[in-house]
Amino acid sequence: MRKSWKIFWTLVIGLPLIAFVVWGLWDNTRLFVVTFLNGMTLASLYFIVAAGFTLVFGLMRNVNLAHGSLYLLGGYLGFLVAQHTGWFVLALAAGFAGAALVGLLMQVSVFRFMPGEDLRQTLVTIALSIIIADLLLWWLGGTVHQADAPELLSGPLRDIPLIKAYSKYRLALLPIGIAIGVALWLFLNRTRVGMMIRAGVDDRAMLSAAGVNVNVLFAVTFAIGAGLAGFGGVIGAVELSMAPGEDVRLLLASLIVVIIGGMGSVVGAALGASILGLAETYGLAYAPTYSVVFTFVILALVLAFRPRGFLGRPA
Amino acid sequence: MSAANWRNAMNSGAGRAAMRARVSANGAGTLVAGDRALPPISIPTFWRHIGARHVVVILFALAYPWFATPFFTFQIGAQSLALGLIALSLTFLGGYGGMVSLAQITVAGIAGYGIAIFGAASAADATISLGWPWWVAVLISIVIATVCAAFIGWLSVRTEGIYTIMITLAVGVAFYYLCLQNYSVFNGFQGFQRVHAPTVLGVNLRDAMPFYYLALFWSLAGYFFVKYLLRAPFGIALQGIRDNPRRMNSLGFNVTAHRIAAYALAGVIAAVGGVLLVWYNGLIGPGSVGTSWIINILIIAVLGGMRHPIGPFLGAVVFVLLQTFAIDLIDRERFNLLIGAVFLVIVLFSPDGLLGWWAGLKSKFLTPRGGVR
Repeated sequence: MRKSWKIFWTLVIGLPLIAFVVWGLWDNTRLFVVTFLNGMTLASLYFIVAAGFTLVFGLMRNVNLAHGSLYLLGGYLGFLVAQHTGWFVLALAAGFAGAALVGLLMQVSVFRFMPGEDLRQTLVTIALSIIIADLLLWWLGGTVHQADAPELLSGPLRDIPLIKAYSKYRLALLPIGIAIGVALWLFLNRTRVGMMIRAGVDDRAMLSAAGVNVNVLFAVTFAIGAGLAGFGGVIGAVELSMAPGEDVRLLLASLIVVIIGGMGSVVGAALGASILGLAETYGLAYAPTYSVVFTFVILALVLAFRPRGFLGRPA
Repeated sequence: MSAANWRNAMNSGAGRAAMRARVSANGAGTLVAGDRALPPISIPTFWRHIGARHVVVILFALAYPWFATPFFTFQIGAQSLALGLIALSLTFLGGYGGMVSLAQITVAGIAGYGIAIFGAASAADATISLGWPWWVAVLISIVIATVCAAFIGWLSVRTEGIYTIMITLAVGVAFYYLCLQNYSVFNGFQGFQRVHAPTVLGVNLRDAMPFYYLALFWSLAGYFFVKYLLRAPFGIALQGIRDNPRRMNSLGFNVTAHRIAAYALAGVIAAVGGVLLVWYNGLIGPGSVGTSWIINILIIAVLGGMRHPIGPFLGAVVFVLLQTFAIDLIDRERFNLLIGAVFLVIVLFSPDGLLGWWAGLKSKFLTPRGGVR
């Protein structure tokens, strides 16, 4: 794109955005700031879930449409463990481990036998998502499960300037999201396995020829990706709630996050999650019945100008 | 639009020359698509393409309501045809265009919402429904749905392959949430009730038999439209694009324009199916366009097989029979488990669906040497 066009589009998109921020701050500062915090905390949940999705997609070209179901599974497991033991950390571990185990099973028993068949793998994930969702419905029923925040993080944090009080748990999600992002970045960029994964994203055949057992690598990546969905599920069980249908919601969020941010890129997932989280909460706060339209407009604009997303690379 | 127009609209001169060269190189104007040579159909030679199996199927379909109970005519027959028509649009896009769009029920739903909004719906929603004559509502709905389909196509053809499925799924689910959230146009969670087929020339299309024939007429129209399209220059170019977009591009075909046109044409088919479906159900709401139906349409298309336009109708019959009689096999609540398992088995063991399974059986038992027909 030519430089003048870049400036033109920056102005066309940036000026109304700045105008909106100024108007929002002037009109109702508290609402605006609270909405911003809500948006960012929602974004950190979206990031955790979508990072797993994009990790699996980047390495294996496997669009795991059962990702939402793994989120739901992790959330339910976390809820049950938290209810029985009262340990939130244990619930997080259980959510991660449960979803990772199911993901590992999926990779080892099904996807390993259909390498390179993108469409067929995707159809299998759709079938699995129906089955998992229905089994969960059978097991736990259709009622809403809401887990409690851990003792340390329950209740509001008071005496913050401008917004007076804000939920401790939601505020804690920001550092959790950032920590997971940093950990994932370190894992991918500073460890041996991460190096192999990055090499696999670039050239799978070459990595295999270099003597790496790609099947094990794929299984590890799939387990981590699925585990992140389960981890997000436990967080979401407190922040939102767990009920049939939430899997679709998070699947949609993951899809949009990786389409906006660029598929296979963890930094892109962070960017996409921030945009989606903010767009959704501001939409809900300022134009409740059309909030999904904003999300859609953003999706359309990104696809129109950057079909591979902000940080996506050619497949 | 005639074939010549298509070529003029779609191709540059180089493309035309290449097409002619390719067609003549293949002998009697055939182009190998899949595993079978498809001769082009023109109207005078049209009747030659109708074989015994076509006659049997059409006669059976025509005679069906005379020996079936109204329940079977309406619930099984008409529903299968309406769903089959929507799945046919997916088969056309996915099987012949190589673009698996999950937004076909969305296009159908837009047409269905159009019927409810422009036409007449129940009294409670009278503030939204405009109450225009049914044929105006039908025409406008189909046009709007087609435009939306072309727009969805424009969005999703910007990326390729597996990305299509993600983008169309995102579009479909986003439309579902829009219907759920928005009360001023889509009437939120409740949607529209009592959206009924009209009475035309004294025939009440709500009755089982007239509605069945209406659905049958449009299904046959859709089926033969797709059959014709696949052998027209546009369809052959589309299949070429499915197999090798880069080569078709360098031959001078406008790949993007062909793909968007395919989305629009599939959109027309899906919209007609959507109108039939909303008349069949008598209501439309977010549930009619939700994820379960997005996936059900995919299941129907894959179940039947994406290699032939009869596949979706076959898949629809099996799907509707399962849906209706699953209650006798297992708990009604566990239908999703059953359909998910059936889908999984089909995808794992017979990627070409029931048609592929049938072809496999045929080649195994009828032609021992294999492949020779």
